Amino acid sequence: MNTVNKPVRKKDAMQVLTGQPVYTDDIAPADCLIVKLLRSPHANAMIRSIRTDTALKVPGIEAVFTWEDVPQDGPRFTQAGQTYPEPSPRDRLLLDRHVRFVGDPVAIVAGKDEACVDRALKMIKVDYEVLEPLLDFRKAKDNPILVHPEDNWEALCPVGADNKRNLCAHDECSGGDIEEVLSHCDVIIDRTYHTKACQQAMMETFRTFCTIDTYGRLNVVSSTQIVFHCRRIIANALGIPKSKVRVSKPRIGGGFGAKQTSVCEMYPAFVTWKTKKPSKIIFSREESLSASSPRHEMELHVRLGATKDGIIHGIDLYTLSNTGAYGEHGPTTVGLTGHKSIPLYGKAEAFRFTSDVVYTNVMSAGAYRGYGATQGLFAVESAVNELADRLHMDPIALREMNIVKEGQIMPAYYNQENTSCALDRCLARVKEMIHWDEKYPVRDMGNGKVRSVGMGMAMQGSGISAVDVGSATLQLGDEGLYMLSIGAADMGTGCDTILAQIAAEVLECSVDQISVFGADTDASPYDSGSYASSTTYVTGKAVEKCALRLREQICTLASVLLHCSPDDVQFQGDSLSAPDGQTVSLTEVVTASQCGSDIPLAATEKHTSPISPPPFMVGAAELEIDLNTGETKVIEFAAVVDCGTPVNPNLARVQAEGGILQGIGMALTENIRYSSKGKLWENSLMQYKIPTRQDIGHIRVEFESSYEKTGPFGAKSIGEVVINTPLPAIADAIYHATGTRFCELPITPEQIAMAAQNNK
Amino acid sequence: MTIHLILNGKKLEAEVAPDTLLLDFVREQGCASVKRGCETSNCGLCTVFLEDKPVLSCSVPAARADGKHVTTLEGLQEEAAEFSAFIADQGAEQCGFCNPGFVMNALALFRENPFPTEEEIREYLAGNLCRCSGYEGQLRGILAFLEWKKTKEKEAQS
Amino acid sequence: MMTIKNYVKPQTLEEAWQLNQKRGSRILGGMLWLKMGKRRVQTAIDLSDLGLDTIEETGDSFSIGCMVSLRDLELHSGLARYTCGAMKEALRHIVGVQFRNLATVGGSIAGRFGFSDVLTMFLALDSYVEMYKGGLVPMETFAATGCGTDICVRIIVRKTPLAVTYHSVRNTATDFPVLACAVSRQVSDEEDSWKFSIGARPARAILLRDETQLLSGEITAEKADLFGAYAAEQVPTSSNMRGSAAYRSHLVKVLTSRSIQELGGISL
Repeated sequence: MNTVNKPVRKKDAMQVLTGQPVYTDDIAPADCLIVKLLRSPHANAMIRSIRTDTALKVPGIEAVFTWEDVPQDGPRFTQAGQTYPEPSPRDRLLLDRHVRFVGDPVAIVAGKDEACVDRALKMIKVDYEVLEPLLDFRKAKDNPILVHPEDNWEALCPVGADNKRNLCAHDECSGGDIEEVLSHCDVIIDRTYHTKACQQAMMETFRTFCTIDTYGRLNVVSSTQIVFHCRRIIANALGIPKSKVRVSKPRIGGGFGAKQTSVCEMYPAFVTWKTKKPSKIIFSREESLSASSPRHEMELHVRLGATKDGIIHGIDLYTLSNTGAYGEHGPTTVGLTGHKSIPLYGKAEAFRFTSDVVYTNVMSAGAYRGYGATQGLFAVESAVNELADRLHMDPIALREMNIVKEGQIMPAYYNQENTSCALDRCLARVKEMIHWDEKYPVRDMGNGKVRSVGMGMAMQGSGISAVDVGSATLQLGDEGLYMLSIGAADMGTGCDTILAQIAAEVLECSVDQISVFGADTDASPYDSGSYASSTTYVTGKAVEKCALRLREQICTLASVLLHCSPDDVQFQGDSLSAPDGQTVSLTEVVTASQCGSDIPLAATEKHTSPISPPPFMVGAAELEIDLNTGETKVIEFAAVVDCGTPVNPNLARVQAEGGILQGIGMALTENIRYSSKGKLWENSLMQYKIPTRQDIGHIRVEFESSYEKTGPFGAKSIGEVVINTPLPAIADAIYHATGTRFCELPITPEQIAMAAQNNK
Repeated sequence: MTIHLILNGKKLEAEVAPDTLLLDFVREQGCASVKRGCETSNCGLCTVFLEDKPVLSCSVPAARADGKHVTTLEGLQEEAAEFSAFIADQGAEQCGFCNPGFVMNALALFRENPFPTEEEIREYLAGNLCRCSGYEGQLRGILAFLEWKKTKEKEAQS
Repeated sequence: MMTIKNYVKPQTLEEAWQLNQKRGSRILGGMLWLKMGKRRVQTAIDLSDLGLDTIEETGDSFSIGCMVSLRDLELHSGLARYTCGAMKEALRHIVGVQFRNLATVGGSIAGRFGFSDVLTMFLALDSYVEMYKGGLVPMETFAATGCGTDICVRIIVRKTPLAVTYHSVRNTATDFPVLACAVSRQVSDEEDSWKFSIGARPARAILLRDETQLLSGEITAEKADLFGAYAAEQVPTSSNMRGSAAYRSHLVKVLTSRSIQELGGISL
C-alpha cells in the first residue's frame, strides 16, 4: 500500500500548531450578541414567577427569554445526537418551567457584550417553588419523586422507558440458562462495582455562533461532532422546519463524545431566530463541567462463574445507570456494559444481561468515549482478575484459556461472528512489553515503595450496525486536485487525513492531492456523524467505494480520448493508458471534462454495515505506590491494540495514548461528588483533576493487526476501545500492592494509604 | 484607561477597562492563537510572554502590561513552525486547541534551558494541560526536536 | 469574575497605603486567586512600580520584595543553597511555570491561604514580614494576625544556620497539597531546636515545636516515629474535598517522621 498504513502528517497539523484562527470563536462575527444562561440553583424546583423587566433595562441588552416564551405543552425533544427515531426519550423543552438539576437553564440573556449580559443576569428575579430532589440513583426506580411527571414526555423507541417510574430504559437479554450454569461452577465471583459521571474535559468548551443567511435561513456554526443530527435537534427545539437550518463545523477543540450531544446550540439559535441578529454562546469551564453531557454513573453487579481449571462458564451482569435529569444516550450507553464485555469470554455457555436506566436530579449524562463499554469492562475484567487470584492463576494465563477466537459466534454480541481478531497476539505481546513474568504481582522497592502490575482486556464496536451511515463525495478538479466532501467530523482525531489516505490509495495519488471539506449540512453528503467509532470503518468504506466509482468515471472519459473501451483503460494515478500504449495525463482528462463533455467527474457513495466488527485491546499497568502516603503513579502502561489495519499508525498510536491517559485519570484522579443539595463539587479544572504530564510515566502502544474484510483496507476502529483497559488494570495492580480490592473509582491516595495501613 | 505596550514587536496604544484581562485584550487585537480553557488558571492555553517570560494571560490585567513587551504565537511564527514540525510528525497535535499555549511554553523552556532532560521537560510544561495526546507524543516530538537541534549545532561547530 | 473600577499604580508606598485605607480597595498580587472571586473592587492597587520585585542577599539575611514572583524565589541560587533545595521543593508543584511567573510572594503570604506551600515553607525558617507601618513582624505572628490595611512590603529571612526539608502530598502533581510539611532543625552547642510547620491541614499552616524534648539526643527511626505520632495528636486537621481529617493526621505522622529522619541523617 502506498498511503494507507503510512504515518502521514495530519493535513491541518501546522495550521493548528502555529495558532491559526480556525476554531468557532476565532471566526465568529465581531458583532455577535453575547448569549448567556441563567441557571437554576436548585436541583428540583418549579418556577412560580420570573421577572425580567429590570434586566431588560440594562443598556445593551437585546432580549431575555424565559419559559413563558416556550410553549410548555408543545413537543419535547432530545439533545442526543442519534439517528432518527432517537432511542433517547424526548424529555426536554428549550426552557422548562420545571428545572431538574443545579444548572438547568432558566433564562436566556442576549446583549451587546459580556459586561451587560452579566449585569442583566443578576437582575432577573426568580421565585422558585423548591421541591425535594431525587439524588440517589439507587433509589430512583419507582420513587415517589418523579423527575419527569409531565404528560408530553415521549419515548420514540421501545426501550422500556416509563417516566412515571423514573425509568429512562429497561432491558433484559440472555443466552443459555445462566442459573443452571452457575450452579455447576466451582467458583463464583459476586461483586458490585461503581463508576462515576466522569467528564470528557476537552480543552475547547461548548460553543456555537449563529447568523441569518442570504436566504433568511438560520446558519449555525458549532463545535459539534454531529452536524446533521444537530440540524434536526435545533429544528425540534425551535419548532421550525429542518430545511430552515444549516449547521457546519469548523476545527473542533476536542470532543470525546461530549459534542455528540447538542449541549449549547439551541440557545444562540433561538436568539438569532427571534432577533435575526448574529449571536454566540461560549460555555465557561464551569458550565462545561456542570451542565453538559458526561459519562453515565453506573453500578454494575457481576456474577461470574468458573470451574477450578480456570474456565469461565457463565457471566451474569446487572447494570444500573444514572442518566441524570434528562435521558440523552441513556438507553444506548447501558447496552454496551454487557454487549462489549461478556463476548470477550468465548467459552461461556450462558450469559444474562439486565439493565435499568434511571432519572435523577443531577446533570444529564451523555456520550463519552467508551460509551458504557468502559464501565462494563471495568466490572467484568475486575471480576476476572479477582477470579485469577482466587484460583492462584496468572491473570494473563487465565485469559489465554478463555478468550474469544476469530471465527467464533458471539452470543452476547447479537450473535455476530468474530470476523477479525488478534486478541491472543495482543495478550502475548503485552506480556513481553511490560516484562510481566518479572514484575507480577508486586515488588518491594525497599524504600517504603512497592511496584505492582495489573492488566485488563477490552473490545468496542466499529460503528452502529445497520444504523450508521457514512457518505463521501469526490470530485476531480483542475490540475488533478481531488476534492473530498464528508459529513463526518474531524475533532482532532485526524479523520480528514485518514479519509484522504483511503481515497489516495484508490486513486493512486499523494494525500496532498486530495483536499477535504466538511462538515456542512448544506454541502456535505449525509453522514450520521463522528461517534460510535464509526468514521474510519463506515465513512472510510464510503470513501473507498466513492474513489473506485470516480476512478471508473475517469477511465470512461479517458477512453474517449484514448479511443478504446473504458474496460481497457489502465489507470496509473497521474496518467491513463490504452492497450496500444497511448497515454493521457490526468490533467488532460480534467481539461477535456470541462469542454463539451457530458461525463461527470464527481461521485457520491454511501455505506452502512450490517455488522460492527470489534477492535480488541490488552493493557497492563505498572504502578509505583508509596504505601505510607498512598501516592500512586502509573510508571508504565503497555498496550497492544488490534484495530485491524491502522490507516495512519501515528494517529492511531496517539489516539491510544490519549485514551489510555483518560482511562488512567478515571481510575485515579477524576472524581465526581455532589453536595446534599445536588450541587457539583468538581466544577472547575482546579477541582476536577485530569492528569498532567507529571502524573504519568510512559505509555507504550503497539499494534497486532487482524484484517477486517468488511473495512476499508482491513481497518476497524480505534477511537473508543483505547480508554477501557486502564480501569481494571490499575485497580488490580492496587490490589496486588495493598491487598485491598477497590470496586469504586477513582481510587485515591487516601484510600490506598488507609487500606495499606489497615492491611499491615 | 490608556495603555501603551509593544505587542509582537509593534508599538500599540489602546483604551482598556481597568479589569480587562490581557487574554481578552490580545484576542481583540487579532491574536486568536491565545485560547481560554478554564477560569481557574489551571490549563495553560492562554500562555503569552510578558517581558519574555511565559505567563497566564487570563490572570494579567491588561493595565499591568502597560509599558511592557507582550509576545503571542503570532509574533513567533518562524520559531514555532520549526519546533511544531516535530510535533506534527508524531500526530501529537490532535485537536490543536492547547497547542499554541503548549508551543509558547516549550519555546520558553528552550530559551531558558536549551537541552532539558525528560524530567525538566515534564516539570516545565506541567502547567500545560492536554486532553487528547496523553502527552507521550508531545514528549517524543520534543525529544526528536532536541536531537535535531543538537545535530544542527554540532554541524555548525565543525 | 472580579470587577475593577479604578486601576492605580502608586509611585510611593505612602500613596499605596493611603489608597488601601479606603473600603473597596485591594492590593493586587499575582491576581491568580483574586480574579476568581466575585469581588467588586473599587480601587485595584498595583505595586509594580515600587521596585519591590528583587531579592537582596546580604551576609546575614535575604530581603525579598513582595512583588517577587514565586518562580524567581524558586530559582534564586542563594535561597536554594541556604535551604538545601527545600525552597524549590516547596514551590515547584504549584500549578505551572506560567502561574509561578505571576504569583507573588507578597500575595501568597498576605493571603494566608490554608493551602499555601509558601507560608508553610517560610514558617519553618527564621523569617519576618516587613510591614509598611507595622514594622518587622515574625512570620508566626503574621500568620495569626495578617496585615489588615497595612502593606506587606518585604519578607526577611535571617540566615540562622539551620537545616530544612520540605514534603507535601498531592492528589495530582500540580494540585493543592493534601498536606504540606516544612521542618527545620537548628543545631548549636547549647541547643537542638526543631520547628515543624504543617500546612494545608486544610486550614492555615501552624508551627509545632519539640516542647516535650522527644527528639533530644541522637535521632533514631523510633524517635522519629514517636514524634510523628505526637505531632499527629497535636496538629488539628479537618476534612475537605482533598482528604479527610484522619488521612491528614496520618500524613502529619508520616511526613514529620520522614523529615526528622532526613534531618537526623538517617537514610530512608
